Amino acid sequence: MTSWSAVVGSQCLSLHQGHLPTCLCVFQRMPAPIRLRELIRTIRTARTQAEEREMIQKECAAIRSSFREEDNTYRCRNVAKLLYMHMLGYPAHFGQLECLKLIASQKFTDKRIGYLGAMLLLDERQDVHLLMTNCIKNDLNHSTQYVQGLALCTLGCMGSSEMCRDLAGEVEKLLKTSNSYLRKKAALCAVHVIRKVPELMEMFLPATKNLLSEKNHGVLHTSVVLLTEMCERSPDMLSHFRKLVPQLVRILKNLIMSGYSPEHDVSGISDPFLQVRILRLLRILGRSDDDSSEAMNDILAQVATNTETSKNVGNAILYETVLTIMDIKSESGLRVLAINILGRFLLNNDKNIRYVALTSLLKTVQTDHNAVQRHRSTIVDCLKDLDVSIKRRAMELSFALVNGNNIRGMMKELLYFLDSCDPEFKADCASGVFLAAEKYAPSKRWHIDTIMRVLTTAGSYVRDDSVPNLIQLITNSVEMHAYTVQRLYKALLDDISQQPLVQVSSWCIGEYGDLLVSGQCEEEEPIQVTEDEVLDVLEGLLLSNLSTPVTRGYSLTAIMKLSTRFSSVNRIKKVVSVYGSSIDVELQQRAVEYNALFKKYDHMRPALLERMPIMEKTASNGPTEIVQTNGETEPSVPDTKHPPLVTQPANQANDLLDLLGGNDVVPVIQTTLPTKPASAGGELLDLLGDLSLSGGPAPAPVPSVPVSQPPFLLDGLSSQPLFTDIAAVIPPMTAYNKNGLKIEFTFERANPNPNIAVITIHATNTTEADMTEFVFQAAVPKTFQLQLLSPSSNIVPALNQGSITQIIRVLNPQKQQLRMRVKLTYTHKGLPVQDLAEVNNFPPQSWQ
Amino acid sequence: MQFMLLFSRQGKLRLQKWYVPLSDKERKKISRDLVQTILARKPKMCSFLEWRDLKIVYKRYASLYFCCAVEDQDNELITLEIIHRYVELLDKYFGSVCELDIIFNFEKAYFILDEFLLGGEAQETSKKNVLKAIEQADLLQECHRGPVQGQYTHVQWSDSPLLGWGQRSASCLGHALDFTHT
Repeated sequence: MTSWSAVVGSQCLSLHQGHLPTCLCVFQRMPAPIRLRELIRTIRTARTQAEEREMIQKECAAIRSSFREEDNTYRCRNVAKLLYMHMLGYPAHFGQLECLKLIASQKFTDKRIGYLGAMLLLDERQDVHLLMTNCIKNDLNHSTQYVQGLALCTLGCMGSSEMCRDLAGEVEKLLKTSNSYLRKKAALCAVHVIRKVPELMEMFLPATKNLLSEKNHGVLHTSVVLLTEMCERSPDMLSHFRKLVPQLVRILKNLIMSGYSPEHDVSGISDPFLQVRILRLLRILGRSDDDSSEAMNDILAQVATNTETSKNVGNAILYETVLTIMDIKSESGLRVLAINILGRFLLNNDKNIRYVALTSLLKTVQTDHNAVQRHRSTIVDCLKDLDVSIKRRAMELSFALVNGNNIRGMMKELLYFLDSCDPEFKADCASGVFLAAEKYAPSKRWHIDTIMRVLTTAGSYVRDDSVPNLIQLITNSVEMHAYTVQRLYKALLDDISQQPLVQVSSWCIGEYGDLLVSGQCEEEEPIQVTEDEVLDVLEGLLLSNLSTPVTRGYSLTAIMKLSTRFSSVNRIKKVVSVYGSSIDVELQQRAVEYNALFKKYDHMRPALLERMPIMEKTASNGPTEIVQTNGETEPSVPDTKHPPLVTQPANQANDLLDLLGGNDVVPVIQTTLPTKPASAGGELLDLLGDLSLSGGPAPAPVPSVPVSQPPFLLDGLSSQPLFTDIAAVIPPMTAYNKNGLKIEFTFERANPNPNIAVITIHATNTTEADMTEFVFQAAVPKTFQLQLLSPSSNIVPALNQGSITQIIRVLNPQKQQLRMRVKLTYTHKGLPVQDLAEVNNFPPQSWQ
Repeated sequence: MQFMLLFSRQGKLRLQKWYVPLSDKERKKISRDLVQTILARKPKMCSFLEWRDLKIVYKRYASLYFCCAVEDQDNELITLEIIHRYVELLDKYFGSVCELDIIFNFEKAYFILDEFLLGGEAQETSKKNVLKAIEQADLLQECHRGPVQGQYTHVQWSDSPLLGWGQRSASCLGHALDFTHT
């Protein structure tokens, strides 16, 4: 059937060429397809999407059958209709081959639509497009320039690298013709060829010789584009074309000096498109080359001063000039001129020009800081702009301009901006203020005031790490404690909805509650509050619906700390015991722990709840955080602050250092099991302290289960995972199995930082006697960092009746294969045992 | 330039020209994203936005948005001029062009664009030359088709012209850039 109709179709064509509609009527085949405009009109009458889809499906069916019948007359019309439907979002890929047939046709109309369809429907990742290579080749050599033009346009728009390789020779030939219509197209086609196949660049080099002597602006413009492309791609070309600088300068000079030429004039400026392109090429040629830069200094100054700036087009040229001046080795006077142009841009009524000015100033602020600084007030004014794009740029630039001299003034403006700006800006602005304050704060009080101001105005937008950072700042400003706690207490009375502020306030009231009620404050008028009032506020936080679970945790801990700072211990005891049955597990756990502290370990309480020591300054993010969670495990730094914690003297570490062969390993002093009350107290102190330290980029663990716990808290807690979102996909391994002692490693990857492997060791004992005073130590090569957390016990029970677990965290930033040396010491049947082992068979998932 | 899109205030695509190889699916996603983003912007905002690693330059002429994606080193202000030049070319060709002209003669709009830009770069800086080339090529088409379907004859639509009076009459003196269509 199909073959028959195809035959009939071709007979029709040969017999009745030119009278096809009649022929169709005679044979009662398909009626002539509707015209393109008719179809568009019909589709536009569709009232619903469904109706439109139905019309299009019907038409597509007709088009498909027409294609099947190899109908040459209406192919062009059908493809055009298909392109319209394609634009509406309907599939049109079945027209791909028809486009190729149209391209092969002799008719110009067919070719025109065929090439248009090819550019829209064909994709260089489908091999179909290669079928037109030959047609393009023929058309590039066609006798009609418009056919050649179509072929060049298509090649320059969608030619794949294979096509470019095949047709580059033809393009190069056309680049040398005297026909400017073809020459300009060939130049841009060459640009496309070079982008696709850079190694073909050389072949166009001879043709570039006299491109710039051309009078036609189209050819000049496209040639400059071609030269730019070549210079950007190859340093050899760049140095080769440097000799063109005088010629380019001359062309530019002629453009700006010549009188009015109607053909290329735009708002009184002669060919701005060409001017911009030449300026851009000059920028590339002058970059880090003294001679070329010298040769273009004058013309740049001329363009910068002579260009009419009442219209966008003049500013487009000025903008390009400024970029060139900033990028080449220009004279300092010229650079100042450029920055001043940008300064003028800032005052322009056109928001586009203000935007461009801010973007460019942002680029140059690092190199020409002082020149940009002079426009500070204008830049700050842009913060009040109505356009958000401009506001954002102005904000970024304002932060870049903050320094020690202007910090007070700039911060005033930026804090005002923070108050009034849209929510989308608040987070960035708040962290910008934090950073700038940290860098340039004129005084500690100012610093604390500024951060508190941010927390009160944009508290819900600040990042999670701002709470621990502020706490650290406050802790370290000893003389400001009374003032700070008083300010924060007052802020809390005003508003308890801003969670970060409430958390910091709670923490401070817990730490410095005694200063608050003492009514002594040197910085400002002291306030008179009673202990009960303070506790009322903190209990209010525990009850408030506005408080998050994290805030409640802070609040409960603060109340607990006040038990050693206030006289009303009974009230605190009551609160703590009430929360021992809270439905919030986190809060309940805290309360239960604190309750135990009141009951069984009351003698330790004062020591445990002592004021936090001054914290050492640490980077707020980055790999160092691994050593923060547990104050005393800084690798290779012997702990001096808590000497009782290390039951074995430091020489043990040295032993291990020796054992491991010295230079290439970093020993880690392991956290020995706390045996004395004082050391347990120290750990719990850290536990309380970790509220302020463990923030970092991971918000989850802020008040999480303490990593090191005194033994009485362990039961029932050791099963609690340290990290909540861990994919447990890494297989466990046996690291050591000797004399009845077996040590197994299980792995987890810490979620916030995939470079950290969390290894849990499980030590079991198959012998019939317990192993006592068990100590596990480990060391890793220097490229790693290792942290050993406290073991669950120091006794490995006999006959597999239990195990010791201990967590090792390994930071492996370079993702190297993990290696570890372990040292084991324990007492077995009254005899001390010591053994060393090397662990090399870590599963790849644990370190990759 | 990586691509140019023309779309209506209702978000309907009127013309799409891609100078980088992308699959149909990616193209659709990009146009959908951009159309949404741009239509959501208020008229008082500037014509530029940063989108992925590209700079988007757009301008509204009456009911149509013209939107170009250019690379980092490209000049946004001159891109606005390129858009304007294209609108002027359409206006000259159709005679007081409006959105309906472009809908019903989308292929002509493509032909004009292809005579003005090639591979995303301007190939001709003279308006006259572009229009001359289009007219000549249209004449070639006439020879095959007969006079009926030949050169574009101006139709009077009840649609607002893209170029306002100020913009068109000023084309020899310079156009008013802060034109906002009512």
